[in-house]
Amino acid sequence: MSGAPVTVAVRHVTKTFDGPHGGKVAAVDDISLTVRAGELTALVGPDGAGKTTLLRMAAGLLRPQSGSLEVLGIDVAADPQAVQDRISYMPQRFGLYDDLSVQENLDLYADLHGVPQADRQKRFARLLGMTDLARFTARPAGKLSGGMKQKLGLACTLVRSPDLLLLDEPSVGVDPLSRRDLWAIVQQLVDDEGLSVIVSTAYMDEAERCAQVFILNRGRLLAEGTPRALADRARGLTFTATPTGGMPARDLQARLIDAPDLIIDAVPKGGDVSLIRRPGAGDARLAALLRDAPLTPRPEDLEDAFMMLLRQQEDGQSAPAAAPAAAPAAAPAANRPPAERPAPATQPGAGGPVIVVRDLVRKFGDFTAVASTSFDVAQGEIFGLLGPNGAGKTTTFRMLCGLLPATSGHLEVAGLNLRTARAEARGRIGYVAQKFALYGDLTVKENLTFFGGAYGLRGRSLRARIAATLDEFSLDPAARSGLLPAGYKQRLAMATGLLHQPDILFLDEPTSGIDPLARRAFWRTITALAQGGVTIVVTTHFMEEAEYCDRIAIQDAGEMLALGTPGDIRAEARAADMNSAFIAIVEQGRARREAGAA
Amino acid sequence: MSASGFALRLAALTRKETRQMLRDRSNLVVGLLLPITLILLFGYGLSFDVRNARVTLVLDDPSPTARTMVEGLEGSPYLAPAWAPSMVEAEAMMRAGRTDAILRVPADFSARLAAGDARLQLILNGVDSNTAASIEAYVQGALAIPAQKEADRAGGKPPATGSAATGSVTLVQRIWFNEAAESTWFLVPGLVVLVMTLIGAFLTSMLIAREWERGTLESLFVTPVRPMEVVLAKLVPYFVVGAIDLVFCLLAARFLFEVPVRGSLAVIVAASFLYLIVSLSLGLLISAVTRNQFAASQLALLTSFLPAVMLSGFVFDLRNVPGPIQAISQLLPATHFMGLIKTLFMAGDNWPEIWRACAILTLYAVVLLALTGRLMRKRLD
Repeated sequence: MSGAPVTVAVRHVTKTFDGPHGGKVAAVDDISLTVRAGELTALVGPDGAGKTTLLRMAAGLLRPQSGSLEVLGIDVAADPQAVQDRISYMPQRFGLYDDLSVQENLDLYADLHGVPQADRQKRFARLLGMTDLARFTARPAGKLSGGMKQKLGLACTLVRSPDLLLLDEPSVGVDPLSRRDLWAIVQQLVDDEGLSVIVSTAYMDEAERCAQVFILNRGRLLAEGTPRALADRARGLTFTATPTGGMPARDLQARLIDAPDLIIDAVPKGGDVSLIRRPGAGDARLAALLRDAPLTPRPEDLEDAFMMLLRQQEDGQSAPAAAPAAAPAAAPAANRPPAERPAPATQPGAGGPVIVVRDLVRKFGDFTAVASTSFDVAQGEIFGLLGPNGAGKTTTFRMLCGLLPATSGHLEVAGLNLRTARAEARGRIGYVAQKFALYGDLTVKENLTFFGGAYGLRGRSLRARIAATLDEFSLDPAARSGLLPAGYKQRLAMATGLLHQPDILFLDEPTSGIDPLARRAFWRTITALAQGGVTIVVTTHFMEEAEYCDRIAIQDAGEMLALGTPGDIRAEARAADMNSAFIAIVEQGRARREAGAA
Repeated sequence: MSASGFALRLAALTRKETRQMLRDRSNLVVGLLLPITLILLFGYGLSFDVRNARVTLVLDDPSPTARTMVEGLEGSPYLAPAWAPSMVEAEAMMRAGRTDAILRVPADFSARLAAGDARLQLILNGVDSNTAASIEAYVQGALAIPAQKEADRAGGKPPATGSAATGSVTLVQRIWFNEAAESTWFLVPGLVVLVMTLIGAFLTSMLIAREWERGTLESLFVTPVRPMEVVLAKLVPYFVVGAIDLVFCLLAARFLFEVPVRGSLAVIVAASFLYLIVSLSLGLLISAVTRNQFAASQLALLTSFLPAVMLSGFVFDLRNVPGPIQAISQLLPATHFMGLIKTLFMAGDNWPEIWRACAILTLYAVVLLALTGRLMRKRLD
């Protein structure tokens, strides 16, 4: 493969932007890399690694400060239009025209790319078939679900076969089924047309499909190679620890991840804990940390290598340099769990149900968003609500928070009926919205003060809560909220939701767009809260995160398809991992529905 | 890229803009309903004419001569005279705001008239100076005729009215172009300027900014599309809306407000189209600079619509404003178009003026479009 022609050559490229504190921040810092033609290439890295900046420079939308960038043999900075005539680019948020229909969006891009009429019908038929959008050609793009929009965006960039396809995080916020469909389309075009593709992604399973992977962090290239070669870096360090004595996997995981001098990474997986040990970690100390949990070696994969590289770079840099706001959304909270509260009960279920849902229904006109749903959530439990885009998760969520009245059914939160005591119930819950819903122009402290006031906290108790929260979440009170990195914004949002010490915390897709290290830190906080007796209800598109939950519910088209512990769900779907279990359950549900309708 | 590529892309983008415009109802409201509202509002609501001004007559001299003198006021459509028994009542009415003027015929009027030195007293309510000045003129005009007759009959001097003694010389006034001095005649042509400005700058100022906000430009840029094609495609549909509004304005001017159209229609339409392009380009330029819909609409209002109302000579005569403001007003394309359109409506085709104004407007159009094209670089930084 080394003889393959080069499609992108990056030589010592640097690009800086104005930083939040007046100085310059290098988004891309002296990167050199070569991308071969005719294959899939992945750029992986956490939030702020420089992936988007690099892709934008390759597309001629940004000009590098120094260094050179050659795309298809053309110097992009000198002649961006020549490159733009030949490549296709899908930005993170593809610019579909919401008020144009699916077909009109496709036509527009076909016209702009000068696709001859004769070729169009065949191409459109194929794209619409692959994206499963053929039924919706007359629908305005703005009325499509998130996953469908993303597929249409991809179709628009593929109206003709480009000489190079750039995809910037095409699967952020997209459910596993749509994600699988998107990749099937890309893969098919690579196979059939020898398409050259560069894709940036936060999903390691996506990077594993690529021929070549570049791992970036904080503007620097950490490593490159085939997924296999990269995974080898973690050889001999990867193990599975099995909790004993009925201990939840996440409790063991919490203990392990709190020992960063021995453990690089630990995540709950299939009832066990997947971990990477530090190369220098002594066996005796490790055994002491594991206590009686048996350790078995497991094959290393790309994610292990990725986590290892990230931790190494963070370790090397975390000490002096980074300014508070530019700091990685990582370590502090992971290393130092939030102050544990005086816990009424640490065992989930011991406190009895705090959320009772019976025959919950919500209709919008003729459309049933949520159909007859029943479940309980016990005190101190972490309850995950999963489902494809448009499954009714958000609607269920809003009803539970008292933001949307139910059409029918019984709803009890913290012992209060939401029909009769909505305001009172709201005082007992905290809500963290999917989008950053705090005031970006205010500082961290100003936001906390404002929301604390809104929750009815005053004077000394407000000041005490703010001080405790700032400390608990390692937040800089003077930082401007809007300028925080994504992981810190998420942390601030959660801190705000917890100011009034609610019994129940609702989190709507809290980890979308956050890098793996920040996600570990985030879940560590969540598990600590649950140990402290707070009940957590969470939605997510990262199926592996379902492993942190005590129980999960899978919803699709408003119906509850499955409810149980992650282990139950995997067993029910006869799947080894959560992602395939989820896809299997949703597809079975859809097949049943279609059979019922026929 | 070939010329056919340009045409194909421009056509595709124009189709897209047109569809977006038609599907967004707020565009049509601002584009069609607002101009109609403006026409009716300014046409009917904004008038400097005085009709049925309340003039209170105080007749201290009961002689028939004095009575004949003031009876002339009753024939005027602009004045509504009413009698008051004495000056005391008249003053009370003035203070209560129930009359706009007092015309007092002093007790010695007949006697002094015979001596050729008659005087009348006119007291005006000066709260609204425009109205006061109009009433003064109407009263003078109404008194001039019987005064002249009286003078002829007496073979002496006509009486002087108010303080402005006309002596024995009679001033014969005639107003050209707007014979009745109707304010709608000079306001309605100005409306064309306001409406073209509103459609142009205000509507289009949102267009590029909206694409920046929604992130649609990032996808559009990485195609063979050229920045100028994006700009031109946005001009086309809004130019059509502007043309429809121009028709509204011309129809309203001719049939609703009965303003004469003395210049040739073709020149009026051509000049308006030229100004429309200037105005559209200004909106697009604002949009390309701000990249933010809210800022763009505020800036458009501040730099185009408000100056068009205040500084273009729409209402206020520019010769009466201070020098620096006069200089600023000369920088506005609206000022040049305002002068031209008023001339065209009321005075007719004045070719030197037409060429001068059109040359200035063309220059503006070219410069603004070129600037917009330059600012629409396909770059995010």
